[in-house]
Amino acid sequence: MAKHETPMLDQLESGPWPSFVSDLKAQAEKRAKNEEGINFQIPVDVVDDLLGVLELSYKHGRTHWKHGGIVGVFGYGGGVIGRYCDQPQQFPGVAHFHTMRVAQPGGKFYTTDYLRQICDIWDMRGSGITNMHGSTGDIIFLGTTTPQLEEVFFELTHNMNQDLGGSGSNLRTPADCIGQARCEYACYDTQDLCYDLTQEYQDELHRPAFPYKFKFKFDGCPNCCVASIARSDLSFIGTWKDDIKIDQEAVQAYIGGELPPNAGAHSGRDWGKFDIQKEVIDRCPTECMWMDGKTLKIDNRECTRCMHCINVMPRALRIGDERGLSILAGAKAPILDGAQMGTLIVPFIEAEAPYTKIKEEVIEPIWDWWMEEGKNRERLGELMKRQGLQRVIEVLGVDPDPRMVQEPRHNPYIFWKEEEVEGGFDRDINEFRKYHQR
Amino acid sequence: MEYEEAKQKIVDELTKKGKTKSKFYFNDLAKILEAKPRDAKKIVNKLVEERVLEYWSSGSTSMYGLPGTGKQAHSEGED
Repeated sequence: MAKHETPMLDQLESGPWPSFVSDLKAQAEKRAKNEEGINFQIPVDVVDDLLGVLELSYKHGRTHWKHGGIVGVFGYGGGVIGRYCDQPQQFPGVAHFHTMRVAQPGGKFYTTDYLRQICDIWDMRGSGITNMHGSTGDIIFLGTTTPQLEEVFFELTHNMNQDLGGSGSNLRTPADCIGQARCEYACYDTQDLCYDLTQEYQDELHRPAFPYKFKFKFDGCPNCCVASIARSDLSFIGTWKDDIKIDQEAVQAYIGGELPPNAGAHSGRDWGKFDIQKEVIDRCPTECMWMDGKTLKIDNRECTRCMHCINVMPRALRIGDERGLSILAGAKAPILDGAQMGTLIVPFIEAEAPYTKIKEEVIEPIWDWWMEEGKNRERLGELMKRQGLQRVIEVLGVDPDPRMVQEPRHNPYIFWKEEEVEGGFDRDINEFRKYHQR
Repeated sequence: MEYEEAKQKIVDELTKKGKTKSKFYFNDLAKILEAKPRDAKKIVNKLVEERVLEYWSSGSTSMYGLPGTGKQAHSEGED
């Protein structure tokens, strides 16, 4: 029988969706029965009390969690988020209910053995409740007590070769798409770059010294499966410089119906015969495709890598061979100024290990600038907005590029700096007076 | 700046401000040290290692403080 009456939570279960309340109840029951004989290191009824405090929060219309704390593992300023309940007598099981962030493997590739091991650690030393995965991408362990933090950390690092992720004003756990491991669209090895930067920037990941959070995300192609363009301060998106490769025979096979469009996706209903004009050519945002008789033509100079044609006809169209990535900066969710998408700051850069150029010419200058001039709790995107793209370009030491411009400016005034003007601001007054009277 | 001198400066300044404030942003510490962020970070890391400073985190933001200062009740004006 449930420890606490939870009528409002019970009502949530009646909706059409899978319910977290049902999952929590199942977990509470599992812990109570303990058929596996687990040597629980935190209260057995932690999940019952979690349900209880949530019910109380619904009843009161306010939270009963206290925010933040000094908990952590020694030497790390991130990876653990302190949570305390403000009703510890009523709900002793969740008096401490700290979150631990565990760095997810690149591309989120797991073995079942690995998943069993992390679940075993967490069943014994925590609530057994996980979030697979948090918004940043980490494996989230929800709910343990302070004494268990070092124990969990020891087991993760010593027995599983597994580190904690980032939280607070740190570099957050970098996240990537499955990349070249499974996907033929990937223009660079996302997992290699993600892992390399994770290792290189361990200090930034674990010891907070930034004005606020900072996120790297890696997408192998502009399909942006991890949505780096919207979710990361520095977004690395694979692209190519040369032409989309066309297999004209395969184009005809799509037209003739021998190959299913979209690799067979969306095939749950009859959409009629494949129409290359309507489904591909007319959908091209830059109108850079056309049929010349039976030949598909692409004006590659106009292509903005929207990926639509490649997604629809993957056997006929393939990414180019001169591959690398674009870097965008400043995406963020709302808090100040509303949500922002990333701004293109590096149109193309090669992505070959050891990635020295990416580190020394992009990441580190950006960090130095933001660390020095960013206000407390100011995201990179907000600093970029405050000081302007011109300043970003200066910091990176690159030339302005039309591809960095999203739309023409509304403000017609242009402010030139002396060094940007040929001959500077000094003039020969005698030469000037030859043509202009006083 | 020598490490011992830096340590003293941080402890003095944080103690002085301790009556009104117990948690400090990294930038506040860099200002006290009058150092560039990267140089300040090396000192601050060592101060944490020696437990002169401790981390505080809300989950989204990190701050630093002298150990034992800044109880929750204090910030809520109850003591």
